Amino acid sequence: MPEYIGTGEIILQSITRFWPTWLAIGVTLAVAYPIRERLGVFGRLYGSWIGLAGVVIVLFWVFTAIFADLIAVMGPLEQSFSPGMKKGAPGIIDGQNGIIFLWGGDNLARDIFSRVVHGCRVVLIVAPAATLIAYMVGSTLGLPAGYFRGWSDAISSFLANLILAFPVILLFYLLVTPEVRTPIDVNLGFFTIPWSIPIGMAALFFMFPIVFLCTMWFTKYESNKRKLITYLAVTLVLGLWIYSGLVFSSDPFGVIKMDPNTLNVFAAVILGSSPGVYRIVRGLTMDIMTRDYVAAAQTRGERPWYIMLWEILPNARGPLIVDFCLRIGYTTILLGTLGFFGLGLQPESPDWGSMINHGRPFVRLATTAHLALFPALALMSLVLGLNLLADGLREESLKD
Amino acid sequence: MLIFILRRIGQMIATMIALTFIVFYMVNLPGNLEKLAKTEGNMRMTDEEVQNWLEAEGFTRPFLSRYVEWMVGTAQGDMGYSRVFRKPVSEVVGERLGHTGILMFWVMIVMVPMSLIIGILAGMREGTALDRGLSVGSIASTSAPEYVTGIIFTVIFASWFGVLAKEVSWWPDWLVFKGIAKAGSVNFWNFTLPVMTMAIYGMGYIARLTRASMVEVMTSQYIRTARLKGLNFRTVVLKHALRNALITPFTVIMLQFPWLLTGVVVVEAMFNYKGFGFILVQASGNNDIDLLLAISWVAVIVVLLTQLISDIGYAYLNPRIRVK
Repeated sequence: MPEYIGTGEIILQSITRFWPTWLAIGVTLAVAYPIRERLGVFGRLYGSWIGLAGVVIVLFWVFTAIFADLIAVMGPLEQSFSPGMKKGAPGIIDGQNGIIFLWGGDNLARDIFSRVVHGCRVVLIVAPAATLIAYMVGSTLGLPAGYFRGWSDAISSFLANLILAFPVILLFYLLVTPEVRTPIDVNLGFFTIPWSIPIGMAALFFMFPIVFLCTMWFTKYESNKRKLITYLAVTLVLGLWIYSGLVFSSDPFGVIKMDPNTLNVFAAVILGSSPGVYRIVRGLTMDIMTRDYVAAAQTRGERPWYIMLWEILPNARGPLIVDFCLRIGYTTILLGTLGFFGLGLQPESPDWGSMINHGRPFVRLATTAHLALFPALALMSLVLGLNLLADGLREESLKD
Repeated sequence: MLIFILRRIGQMIATMIALTFIVFYMVNLPGNLEKLAKTEGNMRMTDEEVQNWLEAEGFTRPFLSRYVEWMVGTAQGDMGYSRVFRKPVSEVVGERLGHTGILMFWVMIVMVPMSLIIGILAGMREGTALDRGLSVGSIASTSAPEYVTGIIFTVIFASWFGVLAKEVSWWPDWLVFKGIAKAGSVNFWNFTLPVMTMAIYGMGYIARLTRASMVEVMTSQYIRTARLKGLNFRTVVLKHALRNALITPFTVIMLQFPWLLTGVVVVEAMFNYKGFGFILVQASGNNDIDLLLAISWVAVIVVLLTQLISDIGYAYLNPRIRVK
């Protein structure tokens, strides 16, 4: 018979096991406090309880992701072979090596605590990265739509509304079913690339960051040819290298690659959230267009793209930062939805949505409820932290 | 106003055609058709047999003509035949939509009044402890998607309460909820959790919008005038502020429907409630082409209709837009 530790002990150990996280949060807050004046709106969060709570929760998960290997006692896929560890209740002690499964074991006798901690890393890489790319896509299309208006605006707005009118879940089911996503090899004459609809979409979306950055350098350093060429060369070489690795897994050095499932998830999530970004960027552009400094830049004879990227975008950063925090939370929820329906990353991946999906059949029994409960609580707390942070930032930026 | 509505309807039809076209294209991809042929025939079919089967079933005819045929059929009410349920699609969809309708009805009954009350109470006096508390509560509720609250509610109110009812003598038997909702025989115990799960997620969002809109109205000139002429706070809130403060929430509640659709799918899958969302999962899992097309058609219609109602309602409630 396996032995258990008590509830008090579970709570205590759940706190102490995160020691690297607590230490890092303490150091960060202590270091940032004296220079808070220079941190802009982030520094002012020290004055708002809601914002500070958000920062602490978000930092908690960020540092947990960074120190995941230190915190987790087992690997995400490592199983225990002692009797009674399958679906073992929280606090169960492994008879063979004395490892305590703080939050219990799952149906394959894996430690849920370690899986949640490792899953944090997955979630915190995919969600912000997908949001960032969605932002690049949304800004690259939203800025000219708001600036030039006219027919290009009409077309891109129609497309954005089209995606927004599409029920997200149906979109996911259509995009990420195995039949649609299985890549077929396409021969391009000198080399073959895998091709499927999600890969095509990813190929389109991942192009946007490169285009976005190149346009930025072009407009800023038009007169300074040497700087322009250096910046462009670095962006293009690095960008296209990463691009070929991520999208077509044909990185010549074999360093950068992305699992096809992850790429599909990226494509689906970016498609789902970029229309929202498009709309907010377009709205902000139309608002900022009326300011005097834009008129001044126009009178100076600046190019439209310079004005968009170097005058309008930096001045829209306040609302955009708030929206960015909210949208990471929203992306996290989308990612979880994909996992919940088994459409997400690999089935054995420790991301929280997939864990909830696996634990779902067991929630109706009190003895096995912990399988889905802990990843659900983790996901909720991360999104809560992001929403609180966004709310705090909004309050502080409105004070100006 | 008429031109406005006509233009919106024109946009709506364009959107609908575009969306159904995309869905039609996706479900008719070669991979999907091959899978369909293999599930209908047998798993060991050769490529040639698959091709013959598809030809016999008419899947190899020109894509556009099939799309037009399908559109015309659907518009006339003939949505084809569901291969999973072995019934006409219109029958399946009609029955399941009814079940989901009941669920949505109760979600709306719970969600709308509660969120409006929370929003109004919070926005009535900005910055008070009540406002802070309710706002944080709203943020928390928007942070928990359905699949999280569903899990938490089931664990607490079904699993743990079930254990308590067995082990604690004074625990009332009626205070144990069910984690499964059977469509067609719903009652308070098996329907509370799915309804609450769906209502909570949307509630925080509507409450926050109501609060923001209420705060804006309460700081406006005419409210100050009403207060200064000696009306009591209650009358000012109920008679003067509410009407204007509810314009934004109204449009947002209508726009919530498409969001609720995702919620419906999650909740129905989680609580085994065999409604519209449940067949969406089944149809896509089994590549039931006709059913999947009908579902997307219904979903798109629902989304676009609510957008239209929301637009017209907004123009109707807000005279400033009507004049333009």
